[in-house]
Amino acid sequence: MSQSGNIIASTREIFDFHGGIHPQECKTLSSERPIQQAPLAPRLYLPLQQHIGKPAKPIVAVGTEVLKGQLLAEPQGAISVGVHAPTSGVIEAIIDHPIAHPSGLTDLCIVLVPDGRDAWTTLHACEHYEQLSPEQIQARIRDAGIAGMGGAGFPTEVKLHPPHHDKVATLILNAAECEPYITADDRLLRERAKEVIMGLEIMAYVLQPGECLIGIEDNKPEAIHALQQAAQGTRIDVVVIPTKYPSGGEKQLIKILTDKEVPSGKIPADIGVMCQNVGTAAAVYRAVRYGEPLISRITTLTGEQFPEPRNVEVLLGTPIDWLIAHYGYRPTQPERLIMGGPMMGFALNNADTPVVKTTNCILAPSLKELPLPPPAQACIRCGLCAEACPAELLPQQLYWFARAQEYDKAEHHNLFDCIECGACSYVCPSAIPLVHYYRHAKGEIRQQRLDHEKSDRARVRFEARQQRLEREKAEKEAKRKARAEAAAKAQAAKREAAKQAPDSPPAAPAPAVPANQAPPPSIESLKTAWEKAQAKLEKMQEALEDAKANNPEQVEKLTRAVEKNQQRVAQAKTAYKAAQTAPATPVASPVSPPAPPPESDLEILRENVQKARAKLDNVQDSLEEAKRNTPEQVEKLTRAVAKNVTRLHAAEKALHDAELARSPAAQAAPVDLDVLRENVQKARAKLAKMQDALDDARANNPDQVEKLTRAVAKNKTRLDAAEHALKEAESTTSNENA
Amino acid sequence: MSAVLTAILVLMGLALVFGLILGFAAIRFRVEGNPLVDQIDALLPQTQCGQCGHPGCRPYAEGIANGEDINKCPPGGEATIHALADLLDVEPMPLDAEHGEEKPKQVAVIREAECIGCTKCIQACPVDAILGAAKHMHTVIASECTGCDLCVEPCPVDCIDMVPVDEGIAGWRWTAPHHSEIIATDRQQPSEVSL
Repeated sequence: MSQSGNIIASTREIFDFHGGIHPQECKTLSSERPIQQAPLAPRLYLPLQQHIGKPAKPIVAVGTEVLKGQLLAEPQGAISVGVHAPTSGVIEAIIDHPIAHPSGLTDLCIVLVPDGRDAWTTLHACEHYEQLSPEQIQARIRDAGIAGMGGAGFPTEVKLHPPHHDKVATLILNAAECEPYITADDRLLRERAKEVIMGLEIMAYVLQPGECLIGIEDNKPEAIHALQQAAQGTRIDVVVIPTKYPSGGEKQLIKILTDKEVPSGKIPADIGVMCQNVGTAAAVYRAVRYGEPLISRITTLTGEQFPEPRNVEVLLGTPIDWLIAHYGYRPTQPERLIMGGPMMGFALNNADTPVVKTTNCILAPSLKELPLPPPAQACIRCGLCAEACPAELLPQQLYWFARAQEYDKAEHHNLFDCIECGACSYVCPSAIPLVHYYRHAKGEIRQQRLDHEKSDRARVRFEARQQRLEREKAEKEAKRKARAEAAAKAQAAKREAAKQAPDSPPAAPAPAVPANQAPPPSIESLKTAWEKAQAKLEKMQEALEDAKANNPEQVEKLTRAVEKNQQRVAQAKTAYKAAQTAPATPVASPVSPPAPPPESDLEILRENVQKARAKLDNVQDSLEEAKRNTPEQVEKLTRAVAKNVTRLHAAEKALHDAELARSPAAQAAPVDLDVLRENVQKARAKLAKMQDALDDARANNPDQVEKLTRAVAKNKTRLDAAEHALKEAESTTSNENA
Repeated sequence: MSAVLTAILVLMGLALVFGLILGFAAIRFRVEGNPLVDQIDALLPQTQCGQCGHPGCRPYAEGIANGEDINKCPPGGEATIHALADLLDVEPMPLDAEHGEEKPKQVAVIREAECIGCTKCIQACPVDAILGAAKHMHTVIASECTGCDLCVEPCPVDCIDMVPVDEGIAGWRWTAPHHSEIIATDRQQPSEVSL
């Protein structure tokens, strides 16, 4: 801590931030040995994502020979950086390989096998950065693939484009390096302070800030000295700040140097401040001055498991297990490697992960110097964590909310302002892994947000689809209606034409006539129909009476049957009466075509047939039932069935006659004949089918046999009727022709 | 006596005025639809899978608003049940196994070489996440697929697989620390072991 005499202390007033801790520094372990160039590893694994943003996209094929500094993967999208070849060699593969990540998962990596020549690609050096425009410098930084080397890995070039073209009032170079053990920045400043200062000047040239500060903790006197010497003659102010963890946090350093606070949810650029890391500044200098891309970095190898803890300049992509083995690390049980410092670093699950742009330290502590955390005990609400929190949060409350999964409340308590510095866990007397809880809660909240976004999108799509389906249905319905209307209109027109038909000579065949003209019903047939219906009604009523006396289960069925019969009788009666009142035309002249009788008569006859059929079925059903349950009823019902069959035949015949008579034979015969022939064929086909079914049923399904037998019988009568109709029609036609 | 009468009259007058204001507000600021249904709908996962027995998430939200059980949504799982219980101030209940079990998130994938282009899956997809045309190969837009598996059953050649969503490292989240409540004397043990 001794400060050399010739340091010119900065006159700048500094401030303090809330909380903070003073853990054991352990920096002297590695800080006293000079940076060593790490040797070339036999294989380099270059992850496509070593930064925040979208992963880079490979532009080399497997087997390509590449030179040192050649672009291997280009940035994708606005927030992304490229990946360059750290040495010359051959691309062996592009595969999934474990990367330095707390999950220990794999990610896509380019595997480069060095050829040992270490031959550079053509570089574009630039003696004086002032000759370049700020845009050209930004382009150079982008092409060099520089991402923040402090730990987060945010693309530097993107950061150098402050949002809304806000003027950056203060540019801060973060040399605090507050985390214990890590000395990479310290060593870099001691040995290459000039490069760092030049890098900062280049960034200041791009941003044109009001002031340019370097914040460095007072535990690095040699680095301070080197910096002050290098910064002489520039407007850069080296500000020495007291050592306190985490003064190197971006927001904390801004508070210390400017007394400004970054509002919740905002970035420093929003208050006109920008922080850059020391390593980043050096990389910017090399990129602008020599055109060198970011292909190596200084990493601290420290911890008591290393015989000689030190800083090394290592090529990106070097496997960590190979690197630490080279520097004398011999794994003990349990093997414990931490990437980053003891406060904010994470345990490496796989030692074969490569060094990346953000690897500032590899810590291999012994169990004695960094014991495993003791089991967590209950929170005693001591409040030490709230005192230590540099973000002025309430870690205790956040802990309860995170643990109870009350994430909305945790969010209201500004969980996302937590910088995960670990100060609260460090001071916790119950050894609760508080930061772990916060990380988990943050992850859950992010996941919930994503899920919510996705479910909103799904809802929108679902509703859009529902609307579309409804619209299509409505359109179909409208079309159907339009068609039906058109058809109705056409039919009306035809009817109109048909009405005028009697005036025209009967020889002129009108194709629409057969369909629209009703036949003249014969009065006699209607009368018999009526009488028969009446007789049947009486029979049914008798049966009903009987049933009431003997068979209560049948009463309901029969009551319904009686009602139906009553209707039928009424219909038959009206039909007969209607026929009686208008009998003149049919007998007027056998030569002239009969006047079209009302369509309704034919309809009624058709209905009669259908009803009779239905009734027959009904009665047959009841017969079946009676056979099973009430043997006394069987005889009566059998008779009823027989009667119904004859009635049905009569009704069918009446209808058939009416239909035949409805069209003048001369006009309709050819058409009718075809239709009738078709009918016969259809009936035959149906009968055949039925018989097949019956045979089948006999073999397999005895309960169905009876029903099918009846169906066959019915079809046979239908076929007979159809054949009969056909013959009659044929004979009439031949007569006509004769 | 007149004082009592005045008081009564004043109170009646006030009641009339406030009644008018309330009546006006009831008409002027009437809330269209049932806001509770919207709130419930917002908590449901919107997979539109129909496992709850309703043709979509909104109908189920309406069902819940009318007193149906809140444990019929397997894709939402425990988290949705808890959120619904919070919203409706009822006791959370375990997921009704009759409607299926909670599964990890899935996405439908069409084995494109086997697709015959029948469009049956397109008609089944509740969120239009399948792209294709008759007699042309179909494919699932993975980012829009809700994993409802309604497309699997209609496929005549069984070329649709439901595969768990694997976001790789980007989808990784810190797991919850397991909390073990111990008593103070237990604290000595780990260091003893390590020495």
